[in-house]
Amino acid sequence: MKLKSLIRTEKREAPPDEEHGYKMKRLVVKGARVLDPATGLDAKLNIIAMGGRFASIRPPHEDDNYEGAEWDVVEAEGLLVVPGLIDIHTHLREPGFEYKEDIESGAKAAAAGGFTTILCMANTEPVNDSASVTRLITKRAAAVSPIKVLPIGALTKGLEGRALSEMGELKDAGCVAFSDDGMPVKDPAIMRRALEYSTSLNLPVISHAEEPALTGGGVMNEGVVSTRMGLKGIPNASEDVMVARDIALAELTGARLHIAHVSTRGAVDLIRAAKARGAKVTCEAAPHHLTLDHGAVVGYDTFAKMSPPLRAEEDIAALHAALKDGTIDAIATDHAPHSSIEKDVEFDAAANGIVGLETALGLTLGLVGDGIISLAQAVTLLTSGPARAMGINSGTLKIGASADMTIIDPDMEWVVEPEKFLSKSRNTPYGGRAMKGRAIRTIVGGETVYEMSAEG
Amino acid sequence: MKLKRKDLLSIEELSVEEISFIIETARSFKRVNERDIKKVPTLRGKTVINLFYEPSTRTRTSFEIAAKRMSADAINISVSQSSVKKGETLKDTALNLEAMRPDCIVLRHASSGAPAMLAELLDCSVINAGDGMHEHPSQALLDMMTVLERFDSLEGLNITIVGDVSHSRVARSNIYGFNKLGANVTLCGPPTMIPHGIEEMGATVEYDLDRAIRGADVIMMLRIQLERDRVPLFPTAREYADRYGLNLKRLKGAKEGLLILHPGPINRGVEISPEVADGPYSLLIDQVTNGLAVRMALFYILIGGPSESEHEAEEPDSNGKERGTA
Repeated sequence: MKLKSLIRTEKREAPPDEEHGYKMKRLVVKGARVLDPATGLDAKLNIIAMGGRFASIRPPHEDDNYEGAEWDVVEAEGLLVVPGLIDIHTHLREPGFEYKEDIESGAKAAAAGGFTTILCMANTEPVNDSASVTRLITKRAAAVSPIKVLPIGALTKGLEGRALSEMGELKDAGCVAFSDDGMPVKDPAIMRRALEYSTSLNLPVISHAEEPALTGGGVMNEGVVSTRMGLKGIPNASEDVMVARDIALAELTGARLHIAHVSTRGAVDLIRAAKARGAKVTCEAAPHHLTLDHGAVVGYDTFAKMSPPLRAEEDIAALHAALKDGTIDAIATDHAPHSSIEKDVEFDAAANGIVGLETALGLTLGLVGDGIISLAQAVTLLTSGPARAMGINSGTLKIGASADMTIIDPDMEWVVEPEKFLSKSRNTPYGGRAMKGRAIRTIVGGETVYEMSAEG
Repeated sequence: MKLKRKDLLSIEELSVEEISFIIETARSFKRVNERDIKKVPTLRGKTVINLFYEPSTRTRTSFEIAAKRMSADAINISVSQSSVKKGETLKDTALNLEAMRPDCIVLRHASSGAPAMLAELLDCSVINAGDGMHEHPSQALLDMMTVLERFDSLEGLNITIVGDVSHSRVARSNIYGFNKLGANVTLCGPPTMIPHGIEEMGATVEYDLDRAIRGADVIMMLRIQLERDRVPLFPTAREYADRYGLNLKRLKGAKEGLLILHPGPINRGVEISPEVADGPYSLLIDQVTNGLAVRMALFYILIGGPSESEHEAEEPDSNGKERGTA
């Protein structure tokens, strides 16, 4: 089946009404299975939005009347409706690396993947370590993005790990978290200060937990495969010692610490224990760390090169267990677009990372299909879980809240075709992979921002 | 017999039959090298490019002479790593070279997998002359050939490889090769030099050199890089020589008729004492002689066919994995 994606960003005019001027825009999504684990909702319901906000969620009734020009009716019989998906870890590359991705293409790719809100990391050029860069991102997003784009500010100036960024000003400009993602904060004293300072702003600090001295030029997971391939390995300990350090510092300072892209069994054990002690620690896992092991690197496939690296089977099993028991709060893509300039080179020279926005939901539903997590857990990990970790007031179908939702066809079988991505980049190891379940309509503030149409 | 491949990228991918065939062919070329006139017209009109991204004297010279003895035109290109940083990519260099219609590119590169990348990209044959810490197949073939000149078979032989296995492409190729031919491989060195999971490649690990020597039929000493890592793998050269260096005193515990190999260049007094390097068991010079014959055989087998269109129709290398078009 050929799939064609349609993106609508333009606002549609509400129909004029002679008596009342403009009538409020109304949307009804009819007859779907509505699943919102945060509120315990799981039933066949109609969702009604007015003026871009959830107005009512109720069982279908024979007296229902959705006729009239003001109604936008979406027939969703047999489909699944969940709160709009949230990805708290993306790289949109604008400003500075627009040849890989920009805010518009990244946001459209996100909408096609079912996301209604994304957070974007600070490693742009210039780095998002000042209010002017933050404002540039938010203004640009307001102009071109069909979905909500929330910037993450740099934790330290220039991501250099030396001086704290002006975190207060960044927050005022619209940053919702702080991170030097991509660059670990080497100096523990700087990390301590950053965490301490963040508590006054009550925003989370996201740690890219990696001890650079132990990574030491490694390009893949250290293990049997790296030994065979003659590639320099990155030991699990590189992540584990940094997670341990940052948890200790979070407990010292009382700060909100979020560990990005956990990949090792050691890291999830440390986080589980910290949570049990009551530390304010949350974490995320990336779909690729849940579905691929280091064997994917065989053949020197640079699309399987990422940081942290794809790990061993035992690590994947530990991550699955941590998804199940709630140790992992969110699934986040670490969407990292790169062009052929960075990827079509020797493995040692290739950049880290893969695009993930357009495959994340399919891969997560794959975990459900494989019996690793329940559908409700999968939805939590993509909606209320990440929202809570970041302290964002969304991720659930709340009356009065912005009508953000994702309509999923849980039975749709499709094959990943990177050349059809809306992202500017194609760096994915999942090309050709068969998936089941896909976002077919993404709605933000009651407006359809993405609709998939099937063409035979 | 002919190899069912256009490239030689690794020993891992070779079958026992292919290895035996290459060594057999090399034996006949060795006789050519003993003649007065050491040149055969076999590869007249063929072009070989030696593309070396790492400094090398021995291997590059060996490939060059091998090509010339076969009457091929051999061109050497040495690229320093520093110029690569500002210059063109390996892919672009390779595509440019291919446009000049060479029959074979011999590649040495610091990045593991670089020859596999080229092989996938190019129609001409690619020979891996050493890639990163991955493989150095022609070295392993000449090592196997050298041992087979002294033993009828490798079946059941005990072969000990001593040194920095972790960083050694020679060790990896030899672990595959010796194993395929039925030898028992033991690896010896300080734990900092023995990588994670190496046993699964088919080797036993022994940290004590005296024990590793006992019962060995062949010992291969690897060259020690004295300044490799930011974090050294051993305290001092003196301590290394003391614990892992091969000297006459150590060899007292060795088997009668023990053979000693070293891929060169050697650090006299570090991993091998001068008395041992120059001693009667040492096959270091035989290795160099056989290296030339092995490389002639490789050229003959890979590009000596009647027409070059023949291998174009063949399967691409089994090592190269399909990937997206980036």
